[in-house]
This record gives sequence, C-alpha cells and structure tokens, in this order.
Amino acid sequence: MRETQGTAAEATMKPGLASLFVSVSPHVKNTETVGKIMWTVVACLIPPLILSVFIFGFQTLIITLFSVGSCVATEAISEKLLHRPITIKDGSAVITGLLLAYVIPPGVPYWMPILGGVMAIFVTKQLMGGLGFNVFNPALIGRAFLLATYPVAMTSAWLPPIHHAAIFEYMGKGVDAVSTATPLYLLKHYGIGAVIEKFGSMSTIYGNFFVGWRPGCIGETSALLLLLGGLFLIYKKYITWHIPVSMIVTIAVLTWIFGGEKFFTGNPLLAVLSGGVMLGAFFMATDYVTSPSQKNAKLIFGAGVGALTVLIRLKGGYPEGVCYAILLMNTMVIPLDSWFRPKRFSEGAAK
Amino acid sequence: MNGDTATFPMGGVHPPECKELTNNLSIETMPNPSEVRLVLKQHAGAPCEPLVKKKDKVVEGDLVGSVERKLGANLHASISGTVKGVVNAFHPIVGKAPAIAISADPQAEGKSYQPVDWRAFSKEELLAKIKDAGVVGMGGAGFPAGVKLTLRPDVKVDTLVLNGAECEPYLNADNRCMIEYPRDIIEGAKIIMTILGINYCGIGVEDNKPDAIQALRKAIEEDTSKNGFKIVVKPLKVKYPQGSADQIMQSVTGRVRPSGVRSSAIGIIVHNVGTTKAIYDAVVLGKPSYERVVTVSGKGIKRPANLMVKVGTSVAEIADYLGGTTPDLAKVVIGGPMMGFAVSTLDIPVTKTTSGVLFLTKDEIDTQPYGPCIRCGFCLEACPMGLEPNNVSIYVEAGRGADTAQFGIDDCFECGSCAFVCPSKRPLVQFIRLAKMKIKESKGK
Repeated sequence: MRETQGTAAEATMKPGLASLFVSVSPHVKNTETVGKIMWTVVACLIPPLILSVFIFGFQTLIITLFSVGSCVATEAISEKLLHRPITIKDGSAVITGLLLAYVIPPGVPYWMPILGGVMAIFVTKQLMGGLGFNVFNPALIGRAFLLATYPVAMTSAWLPPIHHAAIFEYMGKGVDAVSTATPLYLLKHYGIGAVIEKFGSMSTIYGNFFVGWRPGCIGETSALLLLLGGLFLIYKKYITWHIPVSMIVTIAVLTWIFGGEKFFTGNPLLAVLSGGVMLGAFFMATDYVTSPSQKNAKLIFGAGVGALTVLIRLKGGYPEGVCYAILLMNTMVIPLDSWFRPKRFSEGAAK
Repeated sequence: MNGDTATFPMGGVHPPECKELTNNLSIETMPNPSEVRLVLKQHAGAPCEPLVKKKDKVVEGDLVGSVERKLGANLHASISGTVKGVVNAFHPIVGKAPAIAISADPQAEGKSYQPVDWRAFSKEELLAKIKDAGVVGMGGAGFPAGVKLTLRPDVKVDTLVLNGAECEPYLNADNRCMIEYPRDIIEGAKIIMTILGINYCGIGVEDNKPDAIQALRKAIEEDTSKNGFKIVVKPLKVKYPQGSADQIMQSVTGRVRPSGVRSSAIGIIVHNVGTTKAIYDAVVLGKPSYERVVTVSGKGIKRPANLMVKVGTSVAEIADYLGGTTPDLAKVVIGGPMMGFAVSTLDIPVTKTTSGVLFLTKDEIDTQPYGPCIRCGFCLEACPMGLEPNNVSIYVEAGRGADTAQFGIDDCFECGSCAFVCPSKRPLVQFIRLAKMKIKESKGK
C-alpha cells in the first residue's frame, strides 16, 4: 500500500480513502486456493476412515489421529525451527497424516505413526524446502521408513475384518492373537486357490473387496469410497484422469498378461481391488508436488507406477508394490516434465 | 445467442464478467474538464515533439505534437484553452511522463464536424487522413493505425478482423460503441478495406454482448452501399483472453499466427472496433483522435458510467463528475482488471488507450499473499499460448531468469490467465516480466 499523492486526488477524495492498494496485474484471481484444494482432498479421505472403523475397529481412528497430530505438530515445529511461515492451516500436513495412517496396518502400536509422521514431514518435506519442493511423497517415505525399521509389525499387524460392528474388539489385544494375511500375501505365496479358500468365491471376493471388507492397510481397502473421492476430485478439476487411469489400466493389463500360471491368465480385477492400488492411484500418485504437470508426462508416470507395482508384486520380495513404485517414479518427475512440453500456440499454425 | 459460436481452443479462463454495472448505460459525454494533460507518448513508438509552447492559445482539434520519421502518432488539443507548458504527469505504466498541459477556456464552444463522402478520396488520401488524425489502436497497445495500414508491397492480406471481443471484465466501452455507433464502425471497416484493397471483414464479438451483435447485424443489413464488401459478425463464446490479437484472429478466421511474425503474414489485419470508429471520425468527419469512450466502473465509484471523455482528463475529475468514490475503495486500475495497471493516485490523465478506469473495493480484488509453486499445472492449462508460467516463476525465484527463453516467453503477452488460476496466488505475470528483462540483460552482455 502506498499513500496517495497528488493534489487533485486528495481534493476530490471524500474521507475514507487514505491509501490505495497497488499491485501487478491481474487484479482479480479465481477463488481456488491451496488451502481449499487441500481441505477438499481431506474431505474426500474422510469416508474411508469412517469405514475403516467398522472394518478394523476403533483403533484405526486412534492411529490416524496420532499420525495426523504428529504430522501437523512436526510441520509447525520444523517451520518454527527453520524460520519459515507456519503453514499448518493449508491442510497439506493433514493430508500427509491421513495418507500415512492409511498405508500402515491396522494393528500397529500407536507410537509408530508418530515416528512415521516426523520422518514424513520433517525429513521428506521440510528439509527439502517445504511444500512444493519435496521430491518424494512424504506419507510414502514415512511408510517406507517404518517398513525398513519395524518390518515385523509393518508386515504382520493385519487384522481380519470385524463383524457385527464390534468396533472395540481389537482394542487392548495383542496383535499376534488375531493377525491374519492379506489377499496379496496369499496370492503371492500360495496362489489364487488360497485366496478363494480364505475369502470365498470370486464373486464374493469382488463384492467384499470393492466395498472394503478385506484385510489390508487402514485406508486402502474400500475401492468404492476411494473411487468416489477420486472422481469428485476429477469433477472439481483438482486432479486429472491421466495418472489414475494409466496406472490402473497398466496394473490390470500387466497382471492379466504376467500374473497367472501361464501368460494371459492373471486376474486383473483382483489385482486392482487389492493392496493400495485405488488409494495410490487417486490420492498418492496424483500428489501435485511429486507428480508431473504435463498431461503426456502424467500418462507415462502413471504407467510407470503401474508397471513397477506389478513387477514388485510378481517378482519382488514384497507382496505389494504401490508404495515403492510411486516413490521410484517420483524421481522421474522432473525429467518427464522436461521431455513433454506443452504444445505451443504457434505450433498450431499451418505450415 | 443461438447458432454456432466459435472460440480459440487453447487455454483461456473465465473470470467473473462484472459487465452488468455498465452494460446498459448509454455513452454519456462528460463536460470538458478544467485542464487536460496530453501525455506526449500516447502510442507505441517514439514520444511526440511538442509543437506549442507556454501561453499559446489552442483550439480543440489543433495539432500540438507530432512524431517525425519515427513510429508514432500526432497529438491534438482535446479542449480549447491556453497551454500551460510541458509538465510531468503521472502515468500508469512508466510512473511519470512529459505531457502538454492545457487549461480550459470556459467560454470556448465545442467544435462540430460535418461528414463528407469518403469515397471521393484516394487510398493515399484516406491513409493520410488517418495518420494526420493521430489514430492509434484503442484496445490498449496504442499501435499507430496509419502505420498498421501501410503494408509493404510484398505483403498480401485478404481479411480484416474487427476486434469487438472486449473480453476484459467490467469494460463496456467497445460494447457501447458497437451498440450506439454500428453504422460508423461498418463505414470505418469499409474505409480500412478500401485502403487494404480487400473486401472481407469478420467482426468478432463475444456472445455476452447480444445487443452489440444485433446492432452491427442490423447496420450491415441496412447498409445501402455495400459495393462488394462482405462484412460478417461472428458471435464468439465468452473466454478470456479472446480480445488478444492471436486469439481473435483464430476465433474469427481459424488462422494461427506463427511465432515472431506479424499478423499480416497470415493475411490478416486486426483493428479494435473503437479504433475503427476513430478511423471513421478521422476520415468522414475530419476529426482528430482526441476523445474516447471510457468505462468507469467498480463498486468503488458512486455512479458507474460509460463516458465520452476528452483525452488528457484526469481520473480525479472523472471521479468527481461521477459523484466521488465510496469509502471502501481499495484499488484504482487503469484498463481492465486482468491486464490493467493499478495506480497510487487519481491524478492521472486519460490517454488514447484508456479503455476503462476501475474503482475496486476490497471484496473485488485479490490481496492474498503468495506461496510456493505446488506444481498443480493449472497455469499450463490456462495459458493461451502453451507456455510454462510455473517453470518461469521457479527459474526466476532461483535467480535463473535469463535461462527461461526455452519456455517461449517471447510469445507471452501478459494476459494474466496463469496468475488468475494459480491457487498459490503467485504473481506469475510479474515473474515473466522479470524473466524477459533478465533475458534482455543477458543478451546485452
């Protein structure tokens, strides 16, 4: 703001005009803000959380609250220490906290998400320069860190879905007493027969898995709710279809080709409905900061995530590969964006 | 509007139109101000040399400044009175600029002009009249119209595009001109076509101006002296920045200008409808370009209006005439809200390119601080030229503005679509301006 100067101006100005805003054009902006976008994503992530309480019990809510609390607190403290503006109101740390909780098993001890949150926000995000500068998806680094440091808990704290809304069933129980196996674990080590034996006929499996009734990480099981949330974000034009579609299609096709005993006998639908595919496709691989901005680059990025996911699932040591697939493709974002440039206006000129 | 409406395909945004404050208000002639200050550089090119000195008496329409042998346009007294001398006037872009100040003679009567039949003139005479009258592009760039119409012999054009898009929010100056002077604009178009030796003209008007489209179509229909000229009104789907030369050409003709050449290279000359009216005035009435329609709008002015204003009138006098500003006035913008310039004082004279003066209140403007780029890519979608504002801004912040030529920023005409959509509220246009400066500096070394 500057003082108005000039005589005619002051003479004509009635009381109330002491100073005018002066800034560069444009003088109007649309109503979208980073905060609005982030909080919309948060809202889209809430239904799977509520459902998780009825699938795995009340402790999922506690784990998520610890995760979100840790992320927000870490963001505030590290920004204070790094002399940056405190940005916890923009909702991005809340998203990281939610996503971190969503990709860890529902039977882990409560201190684990706290540790993961510090790793996600302080190391992965703030030390890289804060929002907009991190190379890797913070929540996924948090998960990868926990998987590396507490491999037993992170690979065995799976819980079978509860029945009759007995949401306090697992509270205070040792995980070992109730631990189960995920569909992808069974599929990897014992084949499709073991999956059917444990979860019922294929049609039952598709139905239950689509709604979310299966062992898995806290927020990844309900393909239905994640799909609805993702479609809403596409409808709001906050994300585009390119990454989710290319990632899901790639996983389906490559699983169909390579996922069975013989070529072209894999089960693409089961592959898409298990593990973290839907959560990863709509909410993690689409993270603005750690995904490409150009449309063609997004298609390649999504396909890369899909291909690496299938590679890890089929040939790697882990039953699920979405987390590492996204983290590996995160490193490709800058090269991808510089290989695929937007089409310039003048390129449309007749030769 | 019914029927097919075209628009340009790439990028573009939809800012709130805010036209309703003034779109139904007839053009109102503001009484002569007590003083005018005629900025010597009202146009693209070199500033005028003043032809008058202190205490000279001048009459409305007298030539008071001219440019010899360089790109420029004549300057005329917009009121009768006494020259006070060459003073420094506030200027929305360059800060301060030399201007001829004339204090009004309250007894002087307004000058009237008699129409003549322009068909009696040769092409050279028509062109000379436009040049003498100091007509410049009134859409904003201020390119001297006479120069634009003087083509090199090897350049062949076949189409005149009249730009009536007026895509900037709030502004209705062109809209009202089209509604109230459709016959003048059609005649002006025929004058331009005669000079260029062509017979086709497409007028692009966004379809949020149905009255203007109707008025122009009626004028074309009722025109009794078509003489082989074909003039077509093309309603365009509303999208900013349709009024930019490249976009209006593509919307109206489908042709795309390659980077780095003039529009005449693809056979088109573009003129703003306001400029066309000024050409009509210059040729038919013999009236120099010294007044124009200015939309005065925004919630910060007591009485919004479309005013016929003498060039050189100060914004303060305009505000006074319209009942003053409201107490919650927060920003004054010369031009439209997307590309206009915010000013810190009302003591600023209107120029030939001032299409609007906006008095905006706090709820009409953006005052949010900006944050880091989150790489959402919204600006890539919004840019009508297919550039990468996000990367330019990141390079500039990292001190590498000179390395941004790779993003094609020479093509950027600073429409502001990128900054309009940026959720981090980054001043992307300003980053691009800085990058252009850095590129220029590095070339100079």
